[in-house]
Amino acid sequence: MNAIVTVVGQDKVGIIAAICALLAEDNVNILDISQTILQGSFTMVMAVDVSASKSSVGDLREKLEELGKKMEISIRIQREEIFDAMHRI
Amino acid sequence: MLNQKEILSTIEMIDQQHLDIRTITMGISLLSCCDPDAKKACDKVYDKITRYAEKLVKTGEDIEREFGIPIVNKRISVTPMALVAGASDTRDYLPFALALDRAAKTCGVNFIGGYSALVQKGMTKADENLIRSIPEALAYTDLVCSSVNVGSTKAGINMDAVALMGRIIKETARLTEAQDGLGCAKLVVFCNAVEDNPFMAGAFHGVGEAEKVINVGVSGPGVVHTALQAVKGQPFEVVAETVKKTAFRITRMGQLVAQEASRRLDTPFGIVDLSLAPTPAVGDSVARILEEMGLEVCGTHGTTAALAMLNDAVKKGGVMASSSVGGLSGAFIPVSEDEGMIAAARSGVLTLDKLEAMTCVCSVGLDMIAVPGDTTAETISAIIADEAAIGMVNCKTTAVRLLPAPGKAVGDTIEMGGLLGRAPVMPVHKESAADFIARGGRIPAPMHSLKN
Repeated sequence: MNAIVTVVGQDKVGIIAAICALLAEDNVNILDISQTILQGSFTMVMAVDVSASKSSVGDLREKLEELGKKMEISIRIQREEIFDAMHRI
Repeated sequence: MLNQKEILSTIEMIDQQHLDIRTITMGISLLSCCDPDAKKACDKVYDKITRYAEKLVKTGEDIEREFGIPIVNKRISVTPMALVAGASDTRDYLPFALALDRAAKTCGVNFIGGYSALVQKGMTKADENLIRSIPEALAYTDLVCSSVNVGSTKAGINMDAVALMGRIIKETARLTEAQDGLGCAKLVVFCNAVEDNPFMAGAFHGVGEAEKVINVGVSGPGVVHTALQAVKGQPFEVVAETVKKTAFRITRMGQLVAQEASRRLDTPFGIVDLSLAPTPAVGDSVARILEEMGLEVCGTHGTTAALAMLNDAVKKGGVMASSSVGGLSGAFIPVSEDEGMIAAARSGVLTLDKLEAMTCVCSVGLDMIAVPGDTTAETISAIIADEAAIGMVNCKTTAVRLLPAPGKAVGDTIEMGGLLGRAPVMPVHKESAADFIARGGRIPAPMHSLKN
């Protein structure tokens, strides 16, 4: 099962490192990363495989939100199906 | 593979344009709860609802967390209570409303609909008992919603029921006077009521429905509004296409959530109701969509045409996105629940007469409209009759949810809070329709009801 992690906020040192460390700890495999600066803010989209994850997507969401608060950026994780449903026929 | 732009556009819709699933509603048949002993029947009602809907709220919250899409309401609709209570040897139906309220609170849902009677052609004793108990039922419960179907294209309009409902609405307002007549916000009078509507206050679980079912109502006026800002000044074909594409996306999300909820709750999927349901929040308004099309204020000339196009395009876009579309499906125009409608009504541009015209082309009817507290029962009945006539002749659902707030006059505002919003009191015509309503009987079904 795949999920999408999105990060939006002020660019700073260590965002990707912190998120990757958190995901690795829960045995979440990263499939793809793309990042860009959009209207001045750092934007990153990450596709991850959560099939072997130790935590549920719901619990990962809380952990990432907590990390986001600490780093003053918005981090979220959502199951991929929601994007597929909206953008693919 | 999804691209970054698509992913970010979905997130923007959720974050900034108020995209959400408005409701997951579990329909539950209570026909098996009939019992000659009213107390036993009420116990069965409570037990069945709490058993079937035990995990509804938790499941909704889990889906919300995993998919990152807000699911605002979790609700229950049940078999029209007159059909269940009618089997019991009692004339006092209030305990049935209390049982529903208790069950809803145990399950943690925010409304339960189905304290209802279907009397489009005639009233049984049970129907009449139930209707007469509505004011008390709504005053003594917190979460129960009530609806009465007084007409249909097939049966005509039951004018005795219309006359009675005028008095019931007034009495409901009187009994909930301390809250500005809040009880009336939980009471809808329908023509051509649908059996699978997930939205309150008019949801009930029709007799043609399965034992239990999951229906989902989507929302998203803010998303449509934002999409239309990108096509300023372009012809209507472009406007229609833009609305269709947006409605498609919104509905696909609803379909996904509905299937997921259905699977997790082991309950058959019923329908997705692809409605544009506004909230009082800025940026979540149907009126502002109409204004985006080029109207200075919602309610001015051109509003009916704009709404007709919007309503049609929403359906066309949504219908391919779901395996089963139902409910009311279209654009809602509840005045108190729509920031743009509130502003338009306050400015005096949006009047009750214009709203009536708009209900000919929207998905429901005169919804959440505050009228002066001294409006007579006969005038309210006459408004219901007008609205039912529009529904009957046009083969569509129409509804009336009026708020005659005791002691309030034109210029005042009723504050209900939350999703119910606030309603500026709108003027009604002063001239009497009392003799018209006093006739009673039934307005025959129109010629085009004879299709067989």
